[in-house]
Order: sequence, then C-alpha cells, then structure tokens
Amino acid sequence: MGNQQTSIHESLTGRLNAGFVRVANAWGNVVIQGINTLGDISLFAWRMIVWMVTARPRRETLMPNFYAVGVLSLPVVALTGTFIGMVLAIQSYHQFKTMGLESKLGAVITMSLVRELGPVLAATMLAGRVGSAMAAVIGTMRVTEQIDALVSMGANPIHYLVVPRFLACVLLIPALTIMADFMGIVGGYFFSVVVFGIDHAQYLKNSRDFVGGFDFFTGIFKSFFFGATIAIVSCYRGFHCQAGAEGVGRAATAAFVQSFVMILALDIVLNMFLDGIYYALWPTSGTKLL
Amino acid sequence: MDDALVSQLALDQRPASHSLVQTENLCIQFGRQVVLKDVSIAIPRGQTVAIIGESGCGKTMFLKSLMGLIPATSGRVLFDGKDIHSLSEQEMTALRSRFGFVFQNAALFDSMNIQQNIAFPLEQHGVPKGRSSRDLIEQRLREVGLPRNVLPKRPSQLSGGMRKRVGLARALILEPELLLYDEPTTGLDPIMSDVINELILRTRRKYSVTSIVVTHDMHSAKKVADRVIMLYPYSRLLPGESQILFDGTPEQLDHTKDTRVRQFVRGEAGERLMEMLASQTNHVEETPHLHDTIARREADR
Repeated sequence: MGNQQTSIHESLTGRLNAGFVRVANAWGNVVIQGINTLGDISLFAWRMIVWMVTARPRRETLMPNFYAVGVLSLPVVALTGTFIGMVLAIQSYHQFKTMGLESKLGAVITMSLVRELGPVLAATMLAGRVGSAMAAVIGTMRVTEQIDALVSMGANPIHYLVVPRFLACVLLIPALTIMADFMGIVGGYFFSVVVFGIDHAQYLKNSRDFVGGFDFFTGIFKSFFFGATIAIVSCYRGFHCQAGAEGVGRAATAAFVQSFVMILALDIVLNMFLDGIYYALWPTSGTKLL
Repeated sequence: MDDALVSQLALDQRPASHSLVQTENLCIQFGRQVVLKDVSIAIPRGQTVAIIGESGCGKTMFLKSLMGLIPATSGRVLFDGKDIHSLSEQEMTALRSRFGFVFQNAALFDSMNIQQNIAFPLEQHGVPKGRSSRDLIEQRLREVGLPRNVLPKRPSQLSGGMRKRVGLARALILEPELLLYDEPTTGLDPIMSDVINELILRTRRKYSVTSIVVTHDMHSAKKVADRVIMLYPYSRLLPGESQILFDGTPEQLDHTKDTRVRQFVRGEAGERLMEMLASQTNHVEETPHLHDTIARREADR
C-alpha cells in the first residue's frame, strides 16, 4: 500500500515537473524570440538613422509618402476625432450633471483630447491605415524580388524605402494629432452646447482655465514618438516578410498589432516622463503621479 | 581572322586570375542547410556561361552571391580581381553600375511606369556624358523590340514576355560588363523564349558583355552559352564529390558519361521518383516522434 502511494506520488511529481519544464521552455522561447526581435528592430532603426543623416532622401520618394501619410489620412483622422469628442460629451454629461458640474465638461473633454485621445487616436488610425500598407508594400517588394532589384541597381533599400516613410510619419503625425484634437473639441462642443444646452461662455471659459500650453505640448511631443514607432515597426515587418500572399498578410497584421501595442506602452512611459518634467517645472500644481 | 575574334580568343586564354568574375571555395549555408559548398568557378571576359541544374541546387543563390545580394558563408567572390565582400557600401554601390541583373519575374517596380523603371539605374549612377536619359531609354527599348507607347504604362499592364524585355532593357541601360540572367525563359511560350534567347545573343554581340545565364531550359542553355556548368544539390552528392558535375561546352554536354548530367539534359526522371518516395519513407522512419508513436502502439497491443 505504502509503496503504491509512493509510486503514485513520484509519478505525479514527475508529470508536474515535466509540465513545468515544458511551460518554462515555451515561455523561455517566447522571451528569447522577443528579445531577438527587439534587438533586430533596434539595429534596423539605427541603420535607418545613419542613412537619414548621411544621405538626403530624394524628393520623388518623399512626396508620395507625405501625400499618403498626411493628405490621405486627414479625413479619417478628422472624422474619428469628431466622433470621439461627441462620445466623450455623451458619456460624461450625465455623470457630471448628477454632481452639478456639467459646466466643467469643456475642461474634461478638451484635456482628455489634447493630452491622450488625440495623439493615441491619430497614431492608431495611422498604424491601421498607413502602417499596414507600408508593411504590405515592402513585403510584396521583398517577395517579388523588387528589393533585390533595388540593391542590384545600387540603391540602398533602407535609404530608398524606409527613410522617406519614417520622415513622413514623424513630421506629419503632429499635424494629424492637431486635427484630431481640433475636430474632437468641435464634436464635444457641439454635443455639450447645442444638444445638452450647456452655457457656451462657461464651456469655453472652463476649457481655457483648465487646459494649458503644457497639455498641448504633451500630446504633440508624444505623437513624434508614435509616428517613429509606426514607421520603424511597419517597415521592419515588411522587410522580414515571409514568402507568399499569406506572408504579406501576416506582415501587415503584425505591423498594426505590434505598432499599437508599442504605442500604448510608449504612452505610459512618456506620460510618466512628461509628468516628472511638469512637476519639476511647476512643483505646486496638483498631485504627482510618481 | 576577324580582329574582334582574335581579341576575344586572347581574352579567353588569359589566366583565371584575370577572369572578370571568379568564386573561390564559395560556401552558402542557412542554419544547417548547405546550399553551396566549395564552389570555385572562373569566368573570363566576354564568355556566356549557362548554369544548369535541378531546382534547389543553388543556381540562383550562386547568381545572387555574385552581386553581393546574398553574403557568402565562407570563400570569396572576386569581380575584376576585387573581393566584393571586402568592399565598403559606397564601393559596392559604384561596382554595381558594372552589373546588370535580369530577374526571373523581371522584378519591375510596381509603383513606377516603364519609363521610370528603365531610367532607375540612370538616376542612381547618373546619365553618361553626351547622352540624354530619354535617348538612352528609347534606344534600349528599340533593342529589345518594344514600342515607345509602353513607356507610360505600368508593369501590370504588360505581358510576361514584355516585362522580361523591359527587365533586360533596364539591365542594359548602363552598358554593364557583366549581365546576370535568372531563368530568363521560365514561364514564357516557346516563341517568346526564343526571342529572349536571340536577345541574349544580340546583346552579347553588340556590347561584348560577359553573361551568366541560370536556367533549366536546355534549349536555351545550348543556344546562348559558350560554356555550360551543371550544379548538383549538395544534399544528394556522394562523399567527396564536387557540386560542379559538369563544366564544358554545350557540345560536350551531349557526350558526358555522368548519368545524372545525361538525365538532366534529356529531361528523364529515371529513378528520381523512386528515390523521392524512398527518401520520404526513410524520413518517416527516421522521425523520432513517429518511432515513439509506433513503440507506444506496440505496447498498447
């Protein structure tokens, strides 16, 4: 009896150990792969920076990318910005009304938009609209040997394909963020003042009093990093595309998902950093985050 | 004897160290998969070499490694005596103006029209003195037998044969010293395949260019090449055997004693299908988890 119990115990322990080793092995592989990819992306970004500062990009490669990133993204960013402003007004109005603070709605909507929702929304739209397309285009070029053709004719693919896309994203995302902020404020104002009947003067006064220049700066500053992330991750995914239509599809999906995750992670880090700067410059205002 | 022929013969008789392009013990490996192992080939100026071999033997890898598109795991690739892997990026860029590459599916840029595609090397390396970009493009287009009205079109609006000819026009625009063709007749009808063969011959006559043609089209290889090299997949070689199974003239190809070369030239499967099936069976038997499965089933029984 005793021997049987011992053998059952040993068998269970063995199985548990084997299971633990399998799980640890799987997670270890995921971590190693993640670190490898991060290192690879960093090297890719470094090569891009070196090419950007050592060789001027050509106008004919810059302009189509500026057009695709800036002009073609503007309507969708403006539209989503407007809807988010309206939704914020609808969601907040009844909560604030119960506390008798509905006149402060302008401050809440404007603050949320310029600090957080405007830049994140513009970046998300850009990652979905432009980032996936970048990965798909570069991936297709990789699969159909067009990147090899570029190299064979003496063009560097990082300089020719990545630098213009990076510059377009970094330089134009602040403009898209400003558009998302503006249209969100307009949408929020419309629902608060026209639909819910909040006093126009009170709404504007509260917006002005609570939202300062640093809040606008925070949103714009973060957007530069978001733009850089979208361009680097999307181009990297395109360059490392697997063969075939499925490979291109996967690259496009991975470009969006990874850009989005990195935007949110960067948002936390940048908010902590900017919060630190704010309270270093104006130590008496409000509660410090960290 | 014709002067051009005399100079050509003199060029061909130069020692291997004066070859335009040469590989020394070239090895290309991806992880554990060996694609090329100790491949040494010297190609003199003006020669047209056809590299033949079954799919997966490393023909395209060899071609791409000559341009530095794929780095060698070990060994050297010499172009005009210079080791291309020891060159800086700027030097390599300058060197590439002396190469022309015709890709298997033309690899024309989708985002550009035909004129921009052909002009691309001129944008990278500049227009030769005394010539205009437009003149050069139109001249190359005439040489490959395409009308001017294709210039504003996109690559997707052209047929496969037209795209290949645009690819050739693009590769020729800088009058390169070395032209590399990756399966130039694959996917074309017999007439268009022969048009491409004729263009390869004409290009060689007009520009005295050194050409390397990777193909498994034996008609094409025999028609365009002065010399044929047959590569064999490394995984199927006998111990100590070279990956170059054949190196000689197209005429010698028909009289070779090696059955593998003869089979390839005649397009005969021979025992190949049985070998493939046997290797699949061996693979199954050698797979460890299948061993375990079989053992478990036997234990259950």
